[in-house]
Amino acid sequence: MTAKIGYDDVEVGTELPAQTFPVTRATLVRYAGASGDFNPIHWNEKFAKEVGLPDVIAHGMFTMAEAIRVVTDWLGDPGAVVEYGVRFTKPVVVPNDDQGALIEVSAKVAAKLDDNTVRVDLTATSAGQKVLGMSRAVVRLA
Amino acid sequence: MALDQSFVGRTYPPTAPYEVGREKIREFAEAVGETNPVFTDPEAAKAFGHSDVIAPPTFVFSITFRAAGQVIEDPQLGLDYSRVVHGDQKFAYRRPVRAGDRLTVTSTIEAIKSLAGNDILDIRGEVHDEAGEHVVTAWTKLVARAAEEV
Repeated sequence: MTAKIGYDDVEVGTELPAQTFPVTRATLVRYAGASGDFNPIHWNEKFAKEVGLPDVIAHGMFTMAEAIRVVTDWLGDPGAVVEYGVRFTKPVVVPNDDQGALIEVSAKVAAKLDDNTVRVDLTATSAGQKVLGMSRAVVRLA
Repeated sequence: MALDQSFVGRTYPPTAPYEVGREKIREFAEAVGETNPVFTDPEAAKAFGHSDVIAPPTFVFSITFRAAGQVIEDPQLGLDYSRVVHGDQKFAYRRPVRAGDRLTVTSTIEAIKSLAGNDILDIRGEVHDEAGEHVVTAWTKLVARAAEEV
Protein backbone atom coordinates (compact mmCIF):
# COMPACT_ATOMS: atom_id res chain seq x y z
CA MET A 1 0.00 0.00 0.00
CA THR A 2 2.05 2.93 -1.19
CA ALA A 3 0.14 6.10 -1.85
CA LYS A 4 2.06 8.74 -3.75
CA ILE A 5 0.87 11.46 -1.34
CA GLY A 6 2.76 11.87 1.93
CA TYR A 7 0.98 12.34 5.25
CA ASP A 8 3.24 15.29 6.05
CA ASP A 9 2.42 16.95 2.73
CA VAL A 10 -1.27 17.52 3.49
CA GLU A 11 -3.11 19.78 5.92
CA VAL A 12 -6.73 19.95 7.01
CA GLY A 13 -8.34 21.83 4.13
CA THR A 14 -6.00 20.51 1.41
CA GLU A 15 -8.13 20.23 -1.72
CA LEU A 16 -7.91 17.24 -4.06
CA PRO A 17 -8.14 17.86 -7.83
CA ALA A 18 -11.87 18.03 -8.63
CA GLN A 19 -13.30 15.99 -11.51
CA THR A 20 -16.48 15.92 -13.59
CA PHE A 21 -17.85 12.57 -14.74
CA PRO A 22 -20.31 12.35 -17.65
CA VAL A 23 -23.06 9.73 -17.52
CA THR A 24 -25.32 8.78 -20.41
CA ARG A 25 -27.88 6.01 -20.90
CA ALA A 26 -25.12 3.96 -22.53
CA THR A 27 -22.99 4.38 -19.38
CA LEU A 28 -25.84 3.01 -17.26
CA VAL A 29 -26.47 0.00 -19.50
CA ARG A 30 -22.77 -0.80 -19.32
CA TYR A 31 -22.71 -0.40 -15.54
CA ALA A 32 -25.82 -2.58 -15.21
CA GLY A 33 -24.03 -5.37 -17.05
CA ALA A 34 -20.76 -5.04 -15.16
CA SER A 35 -22.38 -4.80 -11.72
CA GLY A 36 -25.30 -7.19 -12.22
CA ASP A 37 -27.82 -4.52 -11.12
CA PHE A 38 -30.54 -4.70 -13.78
CA ASN A 39 -33.19 -2.69 -11.94
CA PRO A 40 -35.24 -1.14 -14.81
CA ILE A 41 -35.28 2.31 -13.15
CA HIS A 42 -31.72 2.59 -14.51
CA TRP A 43 -32.55 1.96 -18.18
CA ASN A 44 -36.32 1.93 -18.79
CA GLU A 45 -37.88 5.40 -18.89
CA LYS A 46 -41.46 4.10 -18.93
CA PHE A 47 -40.85 1.99 -15.84
CA ALA A 48 -39.00 4.81 -14.02
CA LYS A 49 -41.90 7.21 -14.56
CA GLU A 50 -44.44 4.60 -13.47
CA VAL A 51 -42.73 4.36 -10.08
CA GLY A 52 -42.74 8.14 -9.68
CA LEU A 53 -39.25 9.10 -10.83
CA PRO A 54 -38.74 12.09 -13.17
CA ASP A 55 -36.78 9.94 -15.66
CA VAL A 56 -34.18 7.16 -15.70
CA ILE A 57 -31.74 7.60 -12.80
CA ALA A 58 -28.15 6.47 -12.37
CA HIS A 59 -27.33 3.59 -10.04
CA GLY A 60 -26.40 5.05 -6.64
CA MET A 61 -23.45 2.66 -6.62
CA PHE A 62 -22.30 4.11 -9.96
CA THR A 63 -22.21 7.58 -8.43
CA MET A 64 -20.37 6.16 -5.42
CA ALA A 65 -17.83 4.52 -7.75
CA GLU A 66 -17.24 7.78 -9.64
CA ALA A 67 -16.86 9.93 -6.53
CA ILE A 68 -14.05 7.83 -5.03
CA ARG A 69 -12.04 8.22 -8.26
CA VAL A 70 -11.20 11.76 -7.11
CA VAL A 71 -9.53 10.16 -4.10
CA THR A 72 -7.93 7.13 -5.77
CA ASP A 73 -6.55 9.18 -8.69
CA TRP A 74 -4.96 11.48 -6.10
CA LEU A 75 -3.58 8.52 -4.10
CA GLY A 76 -2.24 6.55 -7.05
CA ASP A 77 -2.91 3.29 -5.19
CA PRO A 78 -6.64 2.57 -4.72
CA GLY A 79 -5.57 -0.08 -2.20
CA ALA A 80 -4.82 2.76 0.24
CA VAL A 81 -8.56 3.35 0.84
CA VAL A 82 -9.33 2.15 4.39
CA GLU A 83 -12.98 3.24 4.66
CA TYR A 84 -15.52 4.74 2.30
CA GLY A 85 -19.15 5.61 2.98
CA VAL A 86 -21.94 7.68 1.44
CA ARG A 87 -25.60 8.53 1.85
CA PHE A 88 -27.69 8.62 -1.32
CA THR A 89 -29.56 11.92 -0.97
CA LYS A 90 -30.87 12.72 -4.47
CA PRO A 91 -30.88 10.70 -7.68
CA VAL A 92 -28.74 11.57 -10.72
CA VAL A 93 -31.36 12.00 -13.45
CA VAL A 94 -30.09 10.88 -16.86
CA PRO A 95 -32.05 12.15 -19.89
CA ASN A 96 -32.13 10.20 -23.16
CA ASP A 97 -29.92 12.52 -25.22
CA ASP A 98 -26.28 12.77 -26.27
CA GLN A 99 -25.30 14.84 -23.24
CA GLY A 100 -26.83 12.79 -20.44
CA ALA A 101 -25.88 14.13 -17.00
CA LEU A 102 -22.73 15.29 -15.25
CA ILE A 103 -21.56 14.28 -11.78
CA GLU A 104 -19.25 16.93 -10.31
CA VAL A 105 -17.04 15.79 -7.46
CA SER A 106 -14.77 17.80 -5.19
CA ALA A 107 -12.96 16.67 -2.05
CA LYS A 108 -10.75 17.97 0.71
CA VAL A 109 -8.84 16.69 3.68
CA ALA A 110 -11.11 17.10 6.71
CA ALA A 111 -9.01 15.54 9.49
CA LYS A 112 -5.59 14.05 10.09
CA LEU A 113 -5.89 10.75 11.97
CA ASP A 114 -3.53 8.14 13.45
CA ASP A 115 -1.34 5.70 11.50
CA ASN A 116 -0.73 8.09 8.57
CA THR A 117 -4.42 8.14 7.73
CA VAL A 118 -6.55 11.14 6.84
CA ARG A 119 -10.29 11.63 6.43
CA VAL A 120 -11.35 13.09 3.10
CA ASP A 121 -14.82 14.62 2.76
CA LEU A 122 -16.37 14.49 -0.71
CA THR A 123 -19.05 16.62 -2.34
CA ALA A 124 -20.94 15.24 -5.37
CA THR A 125 -23.52 17.27 -7.27
CA SER A 126 -25.54 16.82 -10.45
CA ALA A 127 -27.70 19.55 -12.02
CA GLY A 128 -26.97 21.72 -8.99
CA GLN A 129 -28.31 19.12 -6.51
CA LYS A 130 -26.21 17.38 -3.89
CA VAL A 131 -26.47 13.69 -4.82
CA LEU A 132 -24.31 12.23 -2.02
CA GLY A 133 -24.36 13.16 1.66
CA MET A 134 -22.02 12.14 4.49
CA SER A 135 -19.59 11.15 1.78
CA ARG A 136 -16.31 10.34 3.52
CA ALA A 137 -13.23 8.26 2.92
CA VAL A 138 -10.38 7.35 5.24
CA VAL A 139 -7.14 6.77 3.33
CA ARG A 140 -3.62 5.76 4.32
CA LEU A 141 -0.90 8.08 3.03
CA ALA A 142 2.80 7.44 2.58
CA MET B 1 -46.40 -3.07 8.21
CA ALA B 2 -43.43 -2.66 10.55
CA LEU B 3 -40.79 -5.37 10.33
CA ASP B 4 -40.34 -7.78 13.23
CA GLN B 5 -37.69 -6.43 15.65
CA SER B 6 -36.80 -9.97 16.71
CA PHE B 7 -34.82 -10.28 13.44
CA VAL B 8 -32.20 -7.81 14.74
CA GLY B 9 -28.94 -9.69 15.27
CA ARG B 10 -29.90 -12.55 13.00
CA THR B 11 -26.95 -13.89 11.01
CA TYR B 12 -27.43 -15.86 7.79
CA PRO B 13 -25.19 -18.74 6.66
CA PRO B 14 -22.05 -17.77 4.68
CA THR B 15 -22.50 -17.73 0.92
CA ALA B 16 -20.74 -20.13 -1.46
CA PRO B 17 -17.39 -18.64 -2.55
CA TYR B 18 -17.38 -15.98 -5.28
CA GLU B 19 -14.21 -16.24 -7.36
CA VAL B 20 -12.90 -12.83 -8.39
CA GLY B 21 -11.62 -12.89 -11.98
CA ARG B 22 -9.22 -10.48 -13.66
CA GLU B 23 -11.55 -9.95 -16.60
CA LYS B 24 -14.54 -9.25 -14.34
CA ILE B 25 -12.48 -6.59 -12.58
CA ARG B 26 -11.47 -5.14 -15.97
CA GLU B 27 -15.12 -5.08 -17.10
CA PHE B 28 -16.18 -3.28 -13.92
CA ALA B 29 -13.27 -0.82 -14.04
CA GLU B 30 -14.07 0.07 -17.65
CA ALA B 31 -17.77 0.47 -16.82
CA VAL B 32 -16.96 3.13 -14.23
CA GLY B 33 -14.41 4.80 -16.52
CA GLU B 34 -11.34 3.83 -14.51
CA THR B 35 -8.01 4.13 -16.32
CA ASN B 36 -5.65 3.23 -13.44
CA PRO B 37 -3.63 0.20 -14.67
CA VAL B 38 -3.62 -1.27 -11.15
CA PHE B 39 -7.07 -2.67 -12.07
CA THR B 40 -6.03 -4.25 -15.36
CA ASP B 41 -2.27 -4.87 -15.45
CA PRO B 42 -0.79 -7.35 -12.93
CA GLU B 43 2.65 -5.73 -13.28
CA ALA B 44 1.26 -2.29 -12.44
CA ALA B 45 -0.51 -3.83 -9.44
CA LYS B 46 2.75 -5.46 -8.30
CA ALA B 47 4.50 -2.08 -8.43
CA PHE B 48 2.11 -1.04 -5.63
CA GLY B 49 2.79 -4.24 -3.70
CA HIS B 50 -0.36 -6.14 -4.73
CA SER B 51 0.00 -9.79 -5.73
CA ASP B 52 -2.46 -9.39 -8.64
CA VAL B 53 -4.79 -6.75 -10.09
CA ILE B 54 -7.04 -5.22 -7.45
CA ALA B 55 -10.70 -4.26 -7.78
CA PRO B 56 -12.07 -0.71 -7.55
CA PRO B 57 -13.28 0.04 -4.00
CA THR B 58 -17.01 -0.40 -4.73
CA PHE B 59 -16.63 -3.61 -6.79
CA VAL B 60 -17.34 -5.82 -3.78
CA PHE B 61 -20.88 -4.42 -3.49
CA SER B 62 -22.01 -6.72 -6.29
CA ILE B 63 -20.98 -9.65 -4.11
CA THR B 64 -22.29 -8.38 -0.77
CA PHE B 65 -25.60 -7.24 -2.23
CA ARG B 66 -26.18 -10.62 -3.81
CA ALA B 67 -25.52 -12.13 -0.38
CA ALA B 68 -27.95 -9.66 1.20
CA GLY B 69 -30.59 -11.26 -1.01
CA GLN B 70 -30.86 -13.94 1.70
CA VAL B 71 -32.17 -11.21 4.01
CA ILE B 72 -34.18 -9.24 1.47
CA GLU B 73 -35.93 -12.35 0.19
CA ASP B 74 -36.41 -13.99 3.59
CA PRO B 75 -40.16 -14.70 3.54
CA GLN B 76 -40.25 -14.64 7.35
CA LEU B 77 -38.91 -11.07 7.39
CA GLY B 78 -41.41 -10.00 4.73
CA LEU B 79 -39.66 -6.93 3.29
CA ASP B 80 -41.54 -5.36 0.35
CA TYR B 81 -38.61 -5.12 -2.06
CA SER B 82 -40.62 -3.27 -4.70
CA ARG B 83 -40.59 -0.26 -2.34
CA VAL B 84 -36.92 -0.45 -1.36
CA VAL B 85 -34.35 2.25 -2.07
CA HIS B 86 -30.67 2.26 -1.17
CA GLY B 87 -30.15 4.71 1.70
CA ASP B 88 -26.51 4.50 2.79
CA GLN B 89 -23.50 2.42 1.87
CA LYS B 90 -20.22 2.05 3.69
CA PHE B 91 -17.14 -0.16 3.37
CA ALA B 92 -14.22 -0.80 5.75
CA TYR B 93 -11.29 -2.54 4.07
CA ARG B 94 -8.65 -4.76 5.66
CA ARG B 95 -7.11 -5.06 2.20
CA PRO B 96 -8.31 -4.50 -1.38
CA VAL B 97 -10.21 -7.26 -3.17
CA ARG B 98 -7.93 -8.81 -5.82
CA ALA B 99 -8.08 -11.26 -8.69
CA GLY B 100 -7.98 -14.86 -7.52
CA ASP B 101 -9.82 -14.17 -4.27
CA ARG B 102 -12.52 -16.66 -3.34
CA LEU B 103 -14.82 -14.61 -1.16
CA THR B 104 -17.64 -15.63 1.13
CA VAL B 105 -20.10 -13.21 2.69
CA THR B 106 -21.85 -13.55 6.03
CA SER B 107 -24.84 -11.22 6.33
CA THR B 108 -26.24 -9.98 9.63
CA ILE B 109 -29.25 -7.77 10.31
CA GLU B 110 -27.80 -4.98 12.44
CA ALA B 111 -30.88 -2.83 12.94
CA ILE B 112 -34.54 -2.50 12.02
CA LYS B 113 -36.26 0.84 12.47
CA SER B 114 -39.59 2.27 11.53
CA LEU B 115 -39.68 5.97 10.72
CA ALA B 116 -42.75 7.79 9.39
CA GLY B 117 -44.10 4.50 8.07
CA ASN B 118 -40.82 3.64 6.32
CA ASP B 119 -39.02 0.43 7.25
CA ILE B 120 -35.28 0.93 7.59
CA LEU B 121 -33.05 -2.13 7.48
CA ASP B 122 -29.30 -2.16 8.21
CA ILE B 123 -27.41 -5.18 6.87
CA ARG B 124 -23.74 -5.88 7.58
CA GLY B 125 -21.85 -8.15 5.21
CA GLU B 126 -18.55 -9.60 6.45
CA VAL B 127 -16.35 -10.69 3.55
CA HIS B 128 -13.67 -13.34 4.10
CA ASP B 129 -11.18 -14.97 1.77
CA GLU B 130 -10.47 -18.68 1.32
CA ALA B 131 -7.98 -18.66 4.21
CA GLY B 132 -10.71 -17.26 6.48
CA GLU B 133 -9.04 -13.83 6.69
CA HIS B 134 -11.26 -10.77 6.84
CA VAL B 135 -11.08 -8.67 3.65
CA VAL B 136 -13.81 -6.04 3.89
CA THR B 137 -17.03 -5.25 5.74
CA ALA B 138 -19.95 -3.69 3.88
CA TRP B 139 -22.83 -1.89 5.60
CA THR B 140 -25.98 -1.40 3.52
CA LYS B 141 -28.96 0.64 4.66
CA LEU B 142 -32.19 -0.14 2.80
CA VAL B 143 -35.33 1.96 3.12
CA ALA B 144 -38.71 0.45 2.24
CA ARG B 145 -40.91 3.46 1.61
CA ALA B 146 -44.32 3.49 3.24
CA ALA B 147 -47.11 2.18 1.05
CA GLU B 148 -49.20 5.01 -0.39
CA GLU B 149 -52.69 5.59 0.96
CA VAL B 150 -55.23 4.10 -1.42
